[in-house]
Amino acid sequence: MDVSRRNNVVVTGPAAGPVVMLAHGFGCDQNMWRLVAPVLAERHRVVSFDYVGSGRSEWSAWDERRYSSLTGYARDVLDICEELDLREVTFVGHSVSAMAGVLAVQAARERFSSLVLLVPSPRYIDDGDYRGGFSAEDIEELLESLESNYLGWASAMAPVIMGNPDRPELGEELTASFCATDPAIARVFARTTFLSDSRADLAGVDIPTLILDCTQDVISPPEVGAFVQASIPGSRLRTLDAVGHCPQLSAPEATAGAILEFLENRR
Amino acid sequence: MSHRGHCPPQQPDDAGTDVSFSALLEDSAEELYENAPCGYLSTLMDGTIAKINGTLLEWLGYRRDEVIGRMRFSDLLSVGGKLYHETHFAPLLHLHGEAKGIALELRTAGRDQLPVLVTSVVKRGSGGEPLLIRTTIFDARERRSYERELLRGRRIAEEARKHADADRARLQEALAVLQKSLLPAALPQIPNLRSAAHYHTASPDQLGGDFYDLFPLAGDRWAFFLGDVCGKGPEAAAVTSLIRYTLRTTAMHNPDPVATLITLNSVLYQRYTGGDTRFCTTIFGTLEPEGDSVRVRLAAGGHPPALVIRADGDADYLPTPGGMLIGFLPDPVFTAAETVLRPGDTMLLYTDGLTEARIGHDRALYGEEALRSRAGGLAPVSPEALIADFTELLDSFGDGLGDDAALLALGVPLGNRERTH
Repeated sequence: MDVSRRNNVVVTGPAAGPVVMLAHGFGCDQNMWRLVAPVLAERHRVVSFDYVGSGRSEWSAWDERRYSSLTGYARDVLDICEELDLREVTFVGHSVSAMAGVLAVQAARERFSSLVLLVPSPRYIDDGDYRGGFSAEDIEELLESLESNYLGWASAMAPVIMGNPDRPELGEELTASFCATDPAIARVFARTTFLSDSRADLAGVDIPTLILDCTQDVISPPEVGAFVQASIPGSRLRTLDAVGHCPQLSAPEATAGAILEFLENRR
Repeated sequence: MSHRGHCPPQQPDDAGTDVSFSALLEDSAEELYENAPCGYLSTLMDGTIAKINGTLLEWLGYRRDEVIGRMRFSDLLSVGGKLYHETHFAPLLHLHGEAKGIALELRTAGRDQLPVLVTSVVKRGSGGEPLLIRTTIFDARERRSYERELLRGRRIAEEARKHADADRARLQEALAVLQKSLLPAALPQIPNLRSAAHYHTASPDQLGGDFYDLFPLAGDRWAFFLGDVCGKGPEAAAVTSLIRYTLRTTAMHNPDPVATLITLNSVLYQRYTGGDTRFCTTIFGTLEPEGDSVRVRLAAGGHPPALVIRADGDADYLPTPGGMLIGFLPDPVFTAAETVLRPGDTMLLYTDGLTEARIGHDRALYGEEALRSRAGGLAPVSPEALIADFTELLDSFGDGLGDDAALLALGVPLGNRERTH
């Protein structure tokens, strides 16, 4: 199995540098890191990738059963670590990927040295005293939103699905539709993301962990960041002066700065 | 003149032009912005609403002062829309400076949902720094119901395709069973004779018209045949069935090859003399033991000659020239031929699907010479090995093999002589 190809793995920065792995969340692909990766790559070996079913991964490798649980996504992370034989990895996971990282660390503790959880949420749906920010009906609404953008998807993504590696003129189209995905796959990813509950997994994290959240984020509200910090022993929480759920795009300098500071202090 | 009362009179004079022109002037940019037939919205980069037009306020049911500086764009969205905005829309906008034609749901002050189509563009300053986001919003209620119909149509089409695929699979399965029924399930075990056969189906959707058989006659004699019905499909299959039973029955009474083919000719000629004429080419023969060898007597009607591969490597066709297409004329002529298969000799019968396959870049015919030379190169070769080799060859032709192809090989085992000594 060619994992690098399957997950469209992109490695930048000095080969001998400490490894930083960037994992995108639900919605788009590794282009999410486009403004942050070059800054990190100055002194780190930056490994970014697309989960199977996202971006320019090999969609033929997608399997509904595997990707119906967060362990399937954690498995992608571990497959990449194994194929590239990555060690002492700092895993940076955005949104739902933060939890995939938590699972990956527990499965292969020896490969990871630290964790950065960017706007994480271990559970999106309210549960008793726990405030995740959403109700089950809200999540159904999101699935409807995905469905209603189905038609737009069909025309935008058709050339990607056909697979035209020999036609570079499609490249622009590919990046322009980087958030587009097969609605059937997106539906599974959305369900996995928003219906998962990883709260119990947090306590098992025993490596240095930085949690980054934003001042205003509808998907991961401040109380969720605080919950994650309280659940992971010894973790630190830092709130970025940014609005929205994608600080690596809306406040790339602040995001990169916080990650770099964490990496420096760990030495 | 009766229209006069309903229509204003045409006034091609200056006064009328002035009236409509000043009406256009009245429609100022501000007026157009406020009351445009679509919603306008300008936000800061963090989504805070800085400007909004009257049309959108009316759709939403908010007062201007409730919105400006107090709400963000995502506050106007349904929860599903918020999630979609954060995970798809906002990243696109940040990376590409625009996001076009995204379907979202607004949530009005009255908690109603309003389906809209949203396009946003980032306005940049002279230094390229992003300043604000300009958004146009179109009422998509009509369009959304139209799209829902399209989606429904698409789902129905997908369902129909699934059914069609299943039907096709069932048909192919039925055809395969029928095709099999036209061929012997297994070749019989014959003392001092080996046999092997292969049938290549050109299309799983189409019944082929090739056939072969090997069966016992009285005494220790056996009969074989192989042929090709002109045409394909159910009609060809029906003719094939008729041919098989005619040949089997006829051979029981008089196994002389020429006589058998003449009987078959009569049956086909009578049966199909109407508009739906059907012919076939056939090679029919008998096998009779002669010491450690086997005598072959055969006759052919319009069929390519049998190829005999001797143990020493000689490979030659057993000519049956002039044999006529069967079922075509009331009084045809068929040609008989005879040979003896000695230990290590193998005889190959085939249909023209093999020799008329198109091979290579120039799509040349495979041809009888290539067949002869390939088979000769294998000598001494058992029927099983010969058929295995040619099965592989047929597979290698790929789409160059346009027709069905049947192969039947009969041979005397090489080890026989040693055993009898």
